[in-house]
Amino acid sequence: MKVEKTAVAGTLESSDLMVTVEPSSGGIEMDLSSSVINQYGRQIKAVVLETLERLDVKDCKLTIVDKGALDCTIKARVECAVFRSCGNSDKNIPWGGAVR
Amino acid sequence: MIPRPRPKRFRLRRTMMFMNAQKPGLIKDAYIYGCDSIMLDLEDAVAENQKDAARFSLYHALKTIDYGSTEVIVRINGLDTPHWQEDIRVCVAGGADGIRIAKCESAQDVLTVEAAVLEAEREFGVEEGRTLLMAALESPKGIINAYEICTASKRMFGVAISGGDFRRCMGTKFTKDGVDLMVARGQMLIAARAAGIQCFDTVFTDLDDDEGFMAELMQNKAMGFDGKSLINPKQIRPVHDLLAPTEKEVIWATKVVEAYKEQSAAGVGVFTVDGKMIDIAFIPGAERTLRLAKACGMYEGDLV
Repeated sequence: MKVEKTAVAGTLESSDLMVTVEPSSGGIEMDLSSSVINQYGRQIKAVVLETLERLDVKDCKLTIVDKGALDCTIKARVECAVFRSCGNSDKNIPWGGAVR
Repeated sequence: MIPRPRPKRFRLRRTMMFMNAQKPGLIKDAYIYGCDSIMLDLEDAVAENQKDAARFSLYHALKTIDYGSTEVIVRINGLDTPHWQEDIRVCVAGGADGIRIAKCESAQDVLTVEAAVLEAEREFGVEEGRTLLMAALESPKGIINAYEICTASKRMFGVAISGGDFRRCMGTKFTKDGVDLMVARGQMLIAARAAGIQCFDTVFTDLDDDEGFMAELMQNKAMGFDGKSLINPKQIRPVHDLLAPTEKEVIWATKVVEAYKEQSAAGVGVFTVDGKMIDIAFIPGAERTLRLAKACGMYEGDLV
């Protein structure tokens, strides 16, 4: 998938995170801040990168503000932001395919 | 990935707690409260511009979180919205135990949802018929058509009344004695019993009014409801306590079921237990008492 426009998903509530994706042409660029960055920073990045790989996103700029989300929430918010950036987050989501 | 066991159409459903599927903080540990079922909500709790996000959140919660023996039902958006088809796809793909049809008004509504569920089961390789259905009756038309709704599908396990919407349709307000919903509750209960499915009461929204909540629960029990929809964990315990059988009832039910097994094996249809006449008509009630007792930890035998 190609990130076509800026899109946001998630909130700043506890156990959630806010993901902003923007178009870019220079690979994946990630700006991560987290309330648990010292404990889980690498794990969060790994989950985000795996999720982008499944969605076949090669280029995008991500801004992530994490409030202690579980991995399943991180995946959900990244996916939602990417699908929103392509304008097709409402229908025919590949559940169990690229989204899993 | 935690594959959930095949849902049971008939199981104990004393408490169904609503939870916004869009809020990770709520859904991640919903099972610890001990309600019989949780109701992950894609409908009214989720703002119109977050319907898509709620589905992603729901999908991963269903696939990742081990809810144990707590049943997981999802309330989907109404058939008059652009959301319900994708809601069904995500429920089935994620392996939800059941789907609650919002604003159900006719057997056709149930059949429409059932057809979409079947299509999704085929699309995602889920066992056909696995996903259960229940209907929320929220309008006068839904109540009038309660029986055809209850009998519309083999997947249907229950119906629930939604008080807020129903009162709005009728132009009535909440009353302490329940007179505003009396006929609707009664008609729905009769329809559910005639169809052989379960029946659940609406939520009680004033969390500070413990007395009012207890009064409504006692009326629910007297009317024969199987369970209640809840909005807060603190409401779970009172329902379980109230619906728990007394020790005397458990002893009586044990005697009845034991005697029935003995007598029917000996070819006797009607007999007495402690001087009271018993025949087959008493057995389902006694077995229900024992099942409830088992769920409450009051009975450990193997009669049920």
